[in-house]
Amino acid sequence: MIVKIIQILIRFIFLLAVQVLVLNHIQWSGYINPYVYVFFILMLPIEIPNWLLLLTAFFTGLVIDMFANTGGMHAAACVFTAFARPGVLRLIAPRDGYEPETNLSPQVMGVKWFITYVSILILLHHLVFFYVEVFRFSEFFVTFYKAILNSIITIILIVLGQYLFGRSLKRHERIVG
Amino acid sequence: MRNLFLFLWRYNFFISFLLLEVVCGFLIVRNNNFQHASFLNSTNYVASEVNSLVSSVTDYINLRTTNDALARQNAGLKSLIPDVYYIDSALTRIKSDTIFKQQYTFINSRVVNNSVNRRNNYLTLNKGSNQGIKPEMGVISGDGIVGIVKDVSEHYCSVISFLHKDSRVSARIKKNGYIGSMVWGGYDEKEASLRDIAKHVQVAKGDTIVSSSFSSIFPEGILIGIVSEVNPETGDNFQDIKVNLSTQFGTLTYVYIVTNLLKEEQKALEELQKNDR
Repeated sequence: MIVKIIQILIRFIFLLAVQVLVLNHIQWSGYINPYVYVFFILMLPIEIPNWLLLLTAFFTGLVIDMFANTGGMHAAACVFTAFARPGVLRLIAPRDGYEPETNLSPQVMGVKWFITYVSILILLHHLVFFYVEVFRFSEFFVTFYKAILNSIITIILIVLGQYLFGRSLKRHERIVG
Repeated sequence: MRNLFLFLWRYNFFISFLLLEVVCGFLIVRNNNFQHASFLNSTNYVASEVNSLVSSVTDYINLRTTNDALARQNAGLKSLIPDVYYIDSALTRIKSDTIFKQQYTFINSRVVNNSVNRRNNYLTLNKGSNQGIKPEMGVISGDGIVGIVKDVSEHYCSVISFLHKDSRVSARIKKNGYIGSMVWGGYDEKEASLRDIAKHVQVAKGDTIVSSSFSSIFPEGILIGIVSEVNPETGDNFQDIKVNLSTQFGTLTYVYIVTNLLKEEQKALEELQKNDR
């Protein structure tokens, strides 16, 4: 249990650092700003109670807001993502349901399942975030294009990252367990 | 009553979701408000320290362009010094040394955090209330306007960049004096548009756009940009003018915070008119 909490904390700090130190500073072509930190909410353990899920998402969003000067927009998008998570998990559940304490990684759940799961929730998060950020209908299609483009980049980064760091995490688990 | 509790318990997930979203909405609205100093911005201690760290690394990358910009600006300043003063012509005959009174002072500052890729961009600068910075002061660079101070902490301040959906700057076409307002289109960090210029006004590609005397935030005549495209055939009475911004927002390193010493006076006077209306 404690190992798991420490693992979640390390993941939180790592993703926060990547987001705040690197991705927030990409100044390229004016369209590209992927938000990889959402992955933290997606990877919270499957047995987490719903209220804790919402609260965790809320505070994750607030921390990102503090660094990006967006005052609550990330929090709003994160809470929405957390709200959608149980439904999405139910929607794409494998035939026999989830085993208790399943690790939601591609190594355990399969690549196809993992990409579906990440894509749906990242797309939802980015759509909510970009529409809240712009908050007007006159730029509807530009915002839509921006959200889709950034979702694709975020998904690619997450899948790549999972293959770069996921394995070493597993080895670490083997040593601990 | 029991049914109510049962109902609340049954939909607790949805209700707590709604509750948190309402809190978020409240925070967003509060953050948009100019006067409120909220805790949720990058002027807080941790965020500004981290951002300083990042900028201390990235500053080296921009060193060459920064040097160029500073050299250019120095050359410009040598010929521009009298523009900082306004002429108090009522006093001309009494005493000649009171003709020039200083209206603007400039505090130089370093950009700690900056973005150009969002729809609403902000900067963080390393000067704060300890150095006398207050909200709603203007920020300019050697090349042109940058933005308006929003929140202030002891050592840092956050600035609403001109690249923001709500920013409007009163601007003037330098050659004929017509006044319009500049807004950012939201796509390109170099391109903005000049609104409210009537069809009969002669504007050509290459005309200079400067800040007007209407705003109490920026000094008059600060460069904003160069007209890059004029399209008079629009559906309404105004022309569609695209302007190439002179400020290089992507590589901003050193900026100046403008203090207007007569701002309170001008505001108080204009406030009287507002009550009258």
